[in-house]
Amino acid sequence: MISLSEYLIVSALLFSISIAGIFLNRKNVLLLLMCIELMLLAVNLNFVAFSHYLNDLQGQIFVFFILTVAAAEAAIGLAILVVVFRTRRTINVDELKDLKG
Amino acid sequence: MMESILLTIVLAPLVGAAIAGLLRNQIGKAGAHWATILGVGTSCVLSMYILYLHAFAGAEVYNQSVYTWMVSDGLRFEVGFLIDRLTAMMMAVVTFVSLMVHIYTIGYMHDEDGYQRFFSYIALFTFSMLMLVMSNNFLQLFFGWEAVGLVSYLLIGFYFKKDTAVFANMKAFLVNRVGDFGFVLGIAAVAMYFNTLDYAEAFAAAPAFADTTINIWGDEQWSLMTVVCILLFIGAMGKSAQVPLHVWLPDSMEGPTPISALIHAATMVTAGIFMVARMSPLYEMSETALTFVLVIGATTAFFMGLIGIIQNDIKRVVAYSTLSQLGYMVAALGVSAYAAGLFHLMTHAFFKALLFLAAGSVIMGMHHDQDIRNMGGIRKYMPITHWTALLGSLALIGFPGFSGFFSKDAIIEAVHYSTIDGAGYAYVLLVAGVFLTALYSFRMYFLVFHGKGPRDEHAKDHLHESPWVVTLPLILLAIPSVFIGYFTVGDMVFGDYFNGILTVAPEHNTLGQIEFTSAWGFVMHAVHGVPLYLALGGLFAAWYVYTRKPGIASELRTRLDWAHFALDQKYGFDHFNQAVFAGGSRLLGKFFWNVGDKVIIDGIAVNGSAHTVGWLASVVRFIQTGYLYHYAFAVILGLLGLLTWFVVR
Repeated sequence: MISLSEYLIVSALLFSISIAGIFLNRKNVLLLLMCIELMLLAVNLNFVAFSHYLNDLQGQIFVFFILTVAAAEAAIGLAILVVVFRTRRTINVDELKDLKG
Repeated sequence: MMESILLTIVLAPLVGAAIAGLLRNQIGKAGAHWATILGVGTSCVLSMYILYLHAFAGAEVYNQSVYTWMVSDGLRFEVGFLIDRLTAMMMAVVTFVSLMVHIYTIGYMHDEDGYQRFFSYIALFTFSMLMLVMSNNFLQLFFGWEAVGLVSYLLIGFYFKKDTAVFANMKAFLVNRVGDFGFVLGIAAVAMYFNTLDYAEAFAAAPAFADTTINIWGDEQWSLMTVVCILLFIGAMGKSAQVPLHVWLPDSMEGPTPISALIHAATMVTAGIFMVARMSPLYEMSETALTFVLVIGATTAFFMGLIGIIQNDIKRVVAYSTLSQLGYMVAALGVSAYAAGLFHLMTHAFFKALLFLAAGSVIMGMHHDQDIRNMGGIRKYMPITHWTALLGSLALIGFPGFSGFFSKDAIIEAVHYSTIDGAGYAYVLLVAGVFLTALYSFRMYFLVFHGKGPRDEHAKDHLHESPWVVTLPLILLAIPSVFIGYFTVGDMVFGDYFNGILTVAPEHNTLGQIEFTSAWGFVMHAVHGVPLYLALGGLFAAWYVYTRKPGIASELRTRLDWAHFALDQKYGFDHFNQAVFAGGSRLLGKFFWNVGDKVIIDGIAVNGSAHTVGWLASVVRFIQTGYLYHYAFAVILGLLGLLTWFVVR
């Protein structure tokens, strides 16, 4: 029997990997998007684990919602990515710094 | 019935002023002078009727409120009339002189711009002055006081394109503010301690406070009555141009001559004398205040007369003479000879208005050249002006039998009998002032009307007598200047005319000690006194120096160069005020501008906050790198922080 804490550790590891991915990746926006997806999945794992542990289906219902949102977000994110690439011929993170004040 | 008459007297000039002022373009010049003359004429006729009722028909004193503006904590702010013999006399004098000046103005201002404006102002002045003298409470007195000051300001600056006129009206306004500050404090003290603004109630309440002392600063205790009286008198010093607040009156001659006659000689400047006489129940309770009044008055009378001797502008000679005569009136108040002061006020109003209007007539003849050194021999060209001016001058110097003689002699005699502090000083100055009065009056008379013709040959061709609208007021004013003293001195000064109106404490009753049998006896009595000979001596000296031996004057001037310098500089009052008060205020203003405005408000408050925001933003900008991972890092950091707080808490 796998205990709750093991699920949580895995999920925390996944979350940490995705954060590390966001920080360390300096080249590719695509990777950023993937890291964000990974974060959401880590959260989803938490939800499922707690749902099972507490015998409450609400957590799993939330996972469906989050998956839906994540799919939509990925679609929009990729679309933006395509547009960015078309106009600037690059998706290098270091070069996308128009937000600078 | 009475109320509607009084309201008509007050409001008729106001209506005239409104018509002449607001409809000036519609009614034209003739409309303006007819509207105002009708208004003031109505007032004058009705005032004469009131005077008749009170002086001859024995009417009761009328003391009623017409309108209550507001009541605040028991203090009533009202518009009301107090009509007794004092008021009736003032109303008659004010409206009569005002009417004369209105008629005169038709001739004097004939070709001037702002003809309608001028008429509007002088009618407004008449309204204000009537409000002042007819008031039965301090508030309305103050209203009238300020309103006449306003009109005076407007009229001194009538030629508002002339820099000197604008300077003069600003000066008059500011100096009067100093006086009014004292005046309004005095009224506030009355309201505070007597808890009423009504004359009758205040006078009734005053005796209970005779021994009250108040603490102004430090541990020193001041008699309440002394403080109130001196504060009120400071107001009178401003309005009646007493040393050291006299500096505005000579400069006020920048205004047109008719208003110099009406406002700055006959009526407004005497408001202070009227006010003090009205407050006689208060002044009788403070000998200190009376001494103060006496010393100020005597000082003004003598030293301003001295300046009059060396003035060369015809209007300024008369202006300094006015200052000196106001000093006589104030000195009379100081020795509790209120009746004599008011009597001199009345006679002075006639002969000084006459002298000013005559001076104006000469100025018209000389085409607005006001320097008496350029004049001379004018008696041949302007006979009516010459004769009326001569009568006015004789009345002014107190030639026996003329109105000025009775009033001035009564004042000098009263000062002679007074025993309060400063009476000796005042007596010497006032007696010496008689000589000065005669000297400067007849210096002007001889220089203007006698001697060889005008210096400018060209001016002779234009010299001719003024039109009848100018000479008629001169003649009408000359009549009372000569006769009114003889006929009224017995009743007004030594009789019972002012019984029950003026309060005189028994120990101050200086007028009562003067022997008076009849007006003729008074004239005879003067033969034994010094003033008469001084007046004749002054007259003779002026005649000798300015017609026989003109060299003496210039000789004296070089011999007494320092004295001439002191007089020419008017004892340095103007320089002192200019340097200390004007310069000081400017320095203070500059200091506050530099420190308060530029450093604190502009530097710290307004620009300072903007600069701080800008600096903060420039620092915060460094956080906005534009790199996504920096923002993400900030988000995570915030999340961690929140979580930590959440857990640790």
